[in-house]
Amino acid sequence: MDLLTQYGFMQSALIAGLLASIGCGVMGSYVVVKRIGYMAGGIAHSVLGGMGAALFFGFSPSGGAVAAALLAALLIGWIKLRWQAQEDTLIGAVWAIGMSLGVIFISRTPGYSTDLVSYLFGNILLVSRDQLWQTLLLDLLVIGMVAAFYRQFLAVSFDEEFARLRGIPVTLFYLLFLCLVALSVVLLVRLVGLILVIALLTLPAAIAGHHVQTLGRMMLLASLLGMAFTTLGILLSWRWDLPAGPVIILVAGIAYLVSAIAGEWRRRLQAEAAAR
Amino acid sequence: MSDAAIEIHDLSFSYGEVPVLERIELVVPEGEFLGIVGPNAGGKSTLLKLILGLLEPQRGEIRVLGRPPRQARRLMGYVPQYPAFSRDFPVTVEQVVLMGRLGTGRLTGSYSRRDHEIARRVMREAEVLELARRRIDQLSGGQLQRMLVARALACEPRILLLDEPTANIDMRVENELFDLLEQLNQRMTILVVSHDIAFISRYVQRVACLNRTLVCHRTEEIDAKAIQELYGGEVKMVHHHYH
Repeated sequence: MDLLTQYGFMQSALIAGLLASIGCGVMGSYVVVKRIGYMAGGIAHSVLGGMGAALFFGFSPSGGAVAAALLAALLIGWIKLRWQAQEDTLIGAVWAIGMSLGVIFISRTPGYSTDLVSYLFGNILLVSRDQLWQTLLLDLLVIGMVAAFYRQFLAVSFDEEFARLRGIPVTLFYLLFLCLVALSVVLLVRLVGLILVIALLTLPAAIAGHHVQTLGRMMLLASLLGMAFTTLGILLSWRWDLPAGPVIILVAGIAYLVSAIAGEWRRRLQAEAAAR
Repeated sequence: MSDAAIEIHDLSFSYGEVPVLERIELVVPEGEFLGIVGPNAGGKSTLLKLILGLLEPQRGEIRVLGRPPRQARRLMGYVPQYPAFSRDFPVTVEQVVLMGRLGTGRLTGSYSRRDHEIARRVMREAEVLELARRRIDQLSGGQLQRMLVARALACEPRILLLDEPTANIDMRVENELFDLLEQLNQRMTILVVSHDIAFISRYVQRVACLNRTLVCHRTEEIDAKAIQELYGGEVKMVHHHYH
């Protein structure tokens, strides 16, 4: 590949990373404070089913990903609300069934089997310029919804029972919220892949949670951190000729470790200062 | 309808096969300060949830301010026993109190200026105004309890329901809390659920003793016999000397 094409792909990937980081910083913060990483994982992995089906039937895989993500979000939300006792078993099943469907469809689609690894672990060559518009659109949708219903989302994720007593349609907002998580997952799929997406959804938010007082600031900081991780990851992967997705995730993982240790040190110092 | 705050007639409720409440009759006039006492698992929290419309009775009727509970929800303020949220949620005292304003005003966007004024007023009343910007994981048990009272007051309720408000706080804070409730009782009906009969009988006008069935006593009538009937005769009377 000549340098110019390569540069074009890099640029698209960098912009996609910046855009996706915003939606993911916002929804990732909810996922972290609400502790639903497992549900988000289920949604993310089921996306493969939709992508595989779309490829097999000749539709665009992005459309399939969005449809599958929304379907998985509603299904998992329904399981959570209706079958609470077996929640983790059933979500695990949806997770695996979605992936299995995807693998079977892709194996039956001539010429696409090599794409499987790209879907699972990301491939910046899959990020085309056209898709940046889709990413921007999904981003605006997520941010617009959260901005409009920020109070309700905060109340529902903080204390469902109290939100219900204030007359908020909790079930509706809960499902809407999972759908927005699903869309954020789709935002990142091309860049880092299905398997790694949860780390990039949750790690920036978890780091932000170490250092700020409110959910709003957590979202802001998580978005900025996500931008830094994707950018640094893409540049490093280019420099050393490594796959971008895993490098991005390792950057985020190392940052999380450093932040956790620094936070622990700070607490200890504060405690010592207070004891003196 | 009459001007009762809460009217309960022939109410029964069970979880599966286990009867929790049987044929409850209760009328709470507006302005009353009622204590509900009884042993653990005697049905106290269940009764509150039925009044709030979070549970549906299998038999009987509940009217709150003359309406079915669900329609009267916004006129009730509720202080739960175990807050349903996690303590490390990144949210400040003020943000939590403002949640009491939800369900009023605009659907989208932020809280109105009036919502903020009401939040400040109730935070001052519950003495958490100076903690407004503090994150909730930095609060003591008593401060958290007062924040929950403020959140309930932000609903501008006509009825305030509290479930074991003193379970996680010490005696001194307990007194302060009940002094606050006594003041609030001048403008709203209050129901307090507690297992501590001796303590609440200093404040409330009437005590409802609940252990699947419900019996009401004027506070001055509570004696060893009533307590023994309620708790099954294993209670030792201890005389408290309050100042």
